[in-house]
Amino acid sequence: MKYVDEFRNRRLIERVAGQIRGAVNPDCAYNIMEVCGTHTMSIFRFGLRDILPPNIRLISGPGCPVCVTPNEFIDKAMAIANMKNVIIMTFGDMIKVPGSRSSLEKEKAGGADVRIAYSSLDALELAKKHPDKEIVFLGIGFETTAPTVAQSLIIAKKTKLKNYSVLCGHKTMPEVMETLVKDGSIKVDAFMLPGHVSAIIGLKPYGFLSKIYKKRCVISGFEPLDMMQSILMIVRQRKPEIEVQYGRIIERDGNPLAQKCMNDIFEKFPSVWRGIGCVKDSGFKIKKSYGVFDAELKFRPRIERPKDNIRCFCGYILKGTKTPYDCPSFAGRCTPENPVGACMVSGEGTCAAYYKYGKDTVSSR
Amino acid sequence: MCLAVPMKIVEINGNEGFVESSGLKRKANFSLLKNPKVGEYVLLHAGFAIERVKAKEAQKTLRMFESI
Repeated sequence: MKYVDEFRNRRLIERVAGQIRGAVNPDCAYNIMEVCGTHTMSIFRFGLRDILPPNIRLISGPGCPVCVTPNEFIDKAMAIANMKNVIIMTFGDMIKVPGSRSSLEKEKAGGADVRIAYSSLDALELAKKHPDKEIVFLGIGFETTAPTVAQSLIIAKKTKLKNYSVLCGHKTMPEVMETLVKDGSIKVDAFMLPGHVSAIIGLKPYGFLSKIYKKRCVISGFEPLDMMQSILMIVRQRKPEIEVQYGRIIERDGNPLAQKCMNDIFEKFPSVWRGIGCVKDSGFKIKKSYGVFDAELKFRPRIERPKDNIRCFCGYILKGTKTPYDCPSFAGRCTPENPVGACMVSGEGTCAAYYKYGKDTVSSR
Repeated sequence: MCLAVPMKIVEINGNEGFVESSGLKRKANFSLLKNPKVGEYVLLHAGFAIERVKAKEAQKTLRMFESI
């Protein structure tokens, strides 16, 4: 077993689709938000919308880390990139995302040293190789990624690496979901929660969604069979609770070692989300004890007041209040080759998914 | 970004080692996992093994769908 192909079995997926059709109440609407960008991409890639009953509506949520990173962060990264002797290392998608006035890709073309990394460990390696350079890693991502970046800082401290730092833009899921639920501008009855975030944090931090806001929730894997099973579990759920579909990965309490690592390095911080604004305690900043590795303190980047592109609907799309088809820039002025907004850049972005697999989504317009 | 891939541990040296899937071998860091063992499947994200894959649970799910 490879734990991938088995969960893409067409025959089983169609069987579950039949179960869903049998389980739904035809007089009832099911508005399900798939929170994670990887879920969004999988739903489109495998054409799952086409095999679901019409009263199941899937709404894409704010779970694409590149998409929700605000212009201010990108502007700061560019300011640091243009400083002397600095090499910026970042996860690939980030490089193309437009900031207020430019992008890291354009700054690279202009001479800044910006490189793509698969892991924070690549940045550590580079720092060891180039003691004369300052290596700055762009720490973005949710609880899945944050422990890996935290661990890179622990290693840097242990190995007395002085030329490595992180520009911290990590965000946390539960707080922003509470903001969305409270906002009320989008009707969501149930959530398909991101399995890889819960691999780290477990179930408990989402408890409020079912207890206080009476939302049905299933923590889901990312293969098509996983997501179909999650939808079936949501439809069958009698009273709101947090269920786990992704049992082959998730422990109820998450990964305590990774949680400790995150808590040792980061502290909660009010964080700005593209389109959603500042959400209390929804981000991480580097603790004072690791302050020498905080690129913000080390380089103190000065930026002009960040500005958003008014012709970009990313903000509405991330909240689920509009779809890419509602955006005047979609597929015209804004394409993956020439993106106006972050949601078109990221491999997990909703606009990128609609653009790439659009024919599957026409019925959902 | 939250993409994580199940891969099999083939070598461990301290906190580091190698994982493999479909002939692709990758370096991995195991510092976020308690007592990793060669032969186990782990979820690899950004160079780190972040959790184990539980074979029994995976088989249980698949068996359940086969029996529908």
